[in-house]
Amino acid sequence: MKRRQFNKLVTGLAAGVCISALSALSAQAATPLKVGFVYVGPVGDHGWSYQHDQGRKSVEAKFGDKVQTTYVENVAEGADAQRVIYNLAKTGHNLIFTTSFGFMNPTLKVAKQFPNVVFEHATGYKMAKNLGTYISTTFEGRYVAGYVASQVTKSNKIGYIASFPIPEVIRDINAVQLALNKYNPDAELKVIWVNSWFDPGKEADAANAMMDQGVDVILQHTDSPAAMQAAERRGAYAVGQASDMSSFGPHAHLLSVVDEWGPHYIKTVKAVMDGTWTAKANVEGMKEGSIVVPGFNESIPADVVLHAKELIAGIKDGSVYPFAGPIKNKAGELVVAEGERLNYEALEKMNWYVEGIDSEIPK
Amino acid sequence: MDIDLITNILYAMIRTGTPLLIVALGELVCEKSGVLNLGQEGMMLMGAVVGFIVTLLSGSLLLGFLLAMVAGVLMSLIFGLITMELSANQVATGLALTIFGTGLSAFVGSEFVGKPIEGLDPVFIPVLTDLPVIGRMLFGQDLIVYLSFVLFGAVYWFINYSRPGLILKAVGENPHAANAIGLPVFRTRYLAIIFGGAMAGLAGGYLSLAYTPLWAENMSAGRGWIALALVVFASWKAERVLLGAWLFGLASILHLVFQGLGFAVSPNLLAILPYLATVVVLVLLSSNQTRSRLVAPISLGNPFHARG
Repeated sequence: MKRRQFNKLVTGLAAGVCISALSALSAQAATPLKVGFVYVGPVGDHGWSYQHDQGRKSVEAKFGDKVQTTYVENVAEGADAQRVIYNLAKTGHNLIFTTSFGFMNPTLKVAKQFPNVVFEHATGYKMAKNLGTYISTTFEGRYVAGYVASQVTKSNKIGYIASFPIPEVIRDINAVQLALNKYNPDAELKVIWVNSWFDPGKEADAANAMMDQGVDVILQHTDSPAAMQAAERRGAYAVGQASDMSSFGPHAHLLSVVDEWGPHYIKTVKAVMDGTWTAKANVEGMKEGSIVVPGFNESIPADVVLHAKELIAGIKDGSVYPFAGPIKNKAGELVVAEGERLNYEALEKMNWYVEGIDSEIPK
Repeated sequence: MDIDLITNILYAMIRTGTPLLIVALGELVCEKSGVLNLGQEGMMLMGAVVGFIVTLLSGSLLLGFLLAMVAGVLMSLIFGLITMELSANQVATGLALTIFGTGLSAFVGSEFVGKPIEGLDPVFIPVLTDLPVIGRMLFGQDLIVYLSFVLFGAVYWFINYSRPGLILKAVGENPHAANAIGLPVFRTRYLAIIFGGAMAGLAGGYLSLAYTPLWAENMSAGRGWIALALVVFASWKAERVLLGAWLFGLASILHLVFQGLGFAVSPNLLAILPYLATVVVLVLLSSNQTRSRLVAPISLGNPFHARG
């Protein structure tokens, strides 16, 4: 599959030079809209990239012959990414999604070279006339997970396997800590950075190291189900990430925080087809159906499930907001006053821990 | 640090070091014969995916491990044919094998992502498991870990004390001289390559059947490369391969444990330790030409042509 996609890309290169992106954009419905996806990991990671690919498939299912999708997986963040994105633009793709934070600058560079191609970059903050961003507010799901974790822990030690210290990850750690602060201030959050988005062995090692230290609920912001498996083996609980991981831990799986990219991709493809697309920062979460939390292990007490569902309903209607004041930072200084809410602009640059987290953010 | 924590760290150290140890032992034997096979990562991944699929379909872990080794052997034979019969460059062929194995395993395994299996469970050896500190580490592991101890012993004895081991080294040092006195250079190298493949396949199977019982693309995450570095780090000595594999295991475990304990050590610094150690050894070795000559098999990486 991968090789075939790649060959398609290479052979398409010659053809793409002839078709200017502009003419392709204004073409009739007879020519399908070519949509390209760039993934940072393998579609088989059963996590982040897998979930984006599910979104791509839902676009195909929805629009059928009217779209033609291409994906390139395992693209390293950096110079390699720029080459891949450039090739997609060059081969007549009208709409290109780049799905990892590290693709931000490469996407911006290519977007400037192809003003008639529409670009959307996931999880970043740089924009242009033809470059929009989209992100799902995983912290909403994370907050719910933090609440459930705070209620089911017996040792009051909760573990968090983190990938890289970028705002998106720090923000989600904070969301969990805020849930702990509110619902179980005695619980301690241990954060372990594994410096990788995807390394099953290392994620399992991190989970085991935490459980050795008494952790009985594990959350993760890495992509493999290895930690879930490790928790299952040792009778602990875990929260899945990016896709539903319940099959890896029937007993351990509390719930998963799942990104559903389909709704956003379908909306965007439609907007590009209709010519109504404009560059904006799309922030979508539970309300839009972009974040869902499947699972809810039957071992979670009924009142906890009930309140978790109330939280979800509250997040959907806006009455619950994880980053509502008062919020203090690690040093105890008031950052968000009572009655205020930390807006998304501040969240996407978040580089500080909230009160209660014991460790430091790696520099 | 209490005693339980130390016990757990030592236990995890062996577990983490085991796949590295198995691959590195295979590569050590291979390099001793003068063949440098950089395809470890590709062979491991093929072993991992084949082992996983076989176990998922048959329900037998034993069959999974066996066919993982077969997959590794088949991969190594591709390398053997190209470098031995066609005298192709070993470095280029090995790199190609890694790329090939990574892609092929992803292709073969695409239908099997996200499927769980029952992994290999530890086997506790009565009484000995309960020894303080080292009990869990040495006697509370799974069968493949015990097998890795045996493999180490066998390779150590083979290289240092056996006659075939002497032939292996002779072929690796000077294949022409070995050929002249009637030693089977081709057969020796083939067998060494096959052993390397079997070990890489076994280590791959260990990843997908015991360490983290699941299949995900590229799940070896660079362990094949670390094993290659390990052989250099060990300056081609079996006992140092063992030590090195466990040290690498320890370094990667400590990096996680320290964070959990809240020690203010940069995780980035801890993460680079194994690589830093390899570079230091390389520098030490190459700073002294005679010493480096003495440790590396002299014809490492050179194809052999029988002169008529």
